Amino acid sequence: MVSGLINANPVVYERKERRVRTAPFSADEYAVEPIDQQEIFDHIRDIKDPEHPYSLEELKVVTEDAIEVDDKHSHVRVTFTPTVEHCSMATVIGLCLRVKLMRSLPSRYKVDIRIAPGTHATEAAVNKQLNDKERVAAALENPNLLDMVDECLAPTYA
Amino acid sequence: MDLLEGNLELKEIQKLEGHTDRVWSVAWNPATGAAGIPAMFASCSGDKTVRIWQQTPSARCSASFECKAVLEETHNRTVRSCAWSPSGKLLATASFDATTAIWEHIGDDFECVSTLEGHENEVKSVSWNASGSLLATCSRDKSVWIWEVQPGNEFECVAVLQGHTQDVKMVKWHPFMDVLFSCSYDNTVKVWAEDGDTDDWHCVQTLGEPNNGHTSTVWALSFNSTGDKMVTCSDDLTLKIWETDSRIPQETDGYMPWRHLSTLTGYHDRTIFSVHWSSEGVIASGAADDAIRLFIENKDGLVDGPSYKMLLKKEKAHDMDVNSVQWSPKEQRLLASASDDGTIKIWEMVPSS
Repeated sequence: MVSGLINANPVVYERKERRVRTAPFSADEYAVEPIDQQEIFDHIRDIKDPEHPYSLEELKVVTEDAIEVDDKHSHVRVTFTPTVEHCSMATVIGLCLRVKLMRSLPSRYKVDIRIAPGTHATEAAVNKQLNDKERVAAALENPNLLDMVDECLAPTYA
Repeated sequence: MDLLEGNLELKEIQKLEGHTDRVWSVAWNPATGAAGIPAMFASCSGDKTVRIWQQTPSARCSASFECKAVLEETHNRTVRSCAWSPSGKLLATASFDATTAIWEHIGDDFECVSTLEGHENEVKSVSWNASGSLLATCSRDKSVWIWEVQPGNEFECVAVLQGHTQDVKMVKWHPFMDVLFSCSYDNTVKVWAEDGDTDDWHCVQTLGEPNNGHTSTVWALSFNSTGDKMVTCSDDLTLKIWETDSRIPQETDGYMPWRHLSTLTGYHDRTIFSVHWSSEGVIASGAADDAIRLFIENKDGLVDGPSYKMLLKKEKAHDMDVNSVQWSPKEQRLLASASDDGTIKIWEMVPSS
């Protein structure tokens, strides 16, 4: 691992208030409730940054607005913003987002993860890697990498 | 039945369960499925195993496959792809554990008779040449290796081909010439041939963006039955058809340049992982949108050169991504598909009722 921190002094933002989900006005308790932005955000907001004791929400790496959901077509796209444009942790953050959504969403969902355009020096390369499922599968068979991902995901299961 | 006339459908014959993780690839045994020998194929998976499926005689339907063997405890990571030798006696399996295993079909059993080591990391694909004397493998380490089959199940590495700048997704030998094709995360397809004088293997052609090639990862390729056309599929959401001069030269070392013929665009909206050309000319594609599509050359448009049209699209062929589509070598209308949903399906192309 690198000794110095990539971004030694990140700006930490206040966390958004947790909204209580409003119950749908439906008499049928078995009615399918579509998955929305807020639900996706709740899955990923508490992911811990790989190098700081803050959540991705606190660092504004992810925001609710940067999540696009098309429940009808089972498609989700999460756009994240690394704290610095040379952040070598961008791939790990992206992998954490992918793994968390893979574990939380129904398997019918197609998930695309990408870096916010213009916020990272090697944007295209990181995006390509994060969306190549063979590389993701191989990465997740690497015990060190999987430990790192699981550590970042731990707070989301609290 | 004329494929261009009338309507066709892809009818699900059977759904095979058993793998406990995504199924990456399927391979039909070329020596089975005719002359009274029941059809057989292999599948490999993220569950680190290979399964052998064999057709059982049944009066009612043409295909009823059963799992005959589970090949396990050899690979300790994902088994990414598998390939039968032309004789159907040997099965090669490529794994993320950086090895390629060779299995021999002895009686009712499959025994691991050799393990090919050398790649630095994940082996992604393996292919036998037409005569079964050479094997090719490729890896995330960006290299392509050629192995010569020696007596006694020994495999000697005869070439390590460097040229791709990123991981190599698939290797495939030409159906009857000793010319090797590889496709990569670097968006190119490379053609490798042996120099007749020096016995050295080298890259004779690179099909990339400047030659109307792909603009993202090339996942797979397949040849037509006459070996003068090739189809490639990509993360750029297109299929591309390439052709070479069909007059096979006798004097040269068998290599003729390939050129772009046609691009099938607008049909897919997520990554295309697999493509396979049937012996009667139907191209099947399997993609990350869970669908299987079939294409055929459109003979109407010969004035502007050959064009291709979609015969049908089977939506929701699987519950998740379709990773592999393979036509049966003997029963032309039978197709096997493998998916992230952990299942394999057997399909038959039939006139729609």
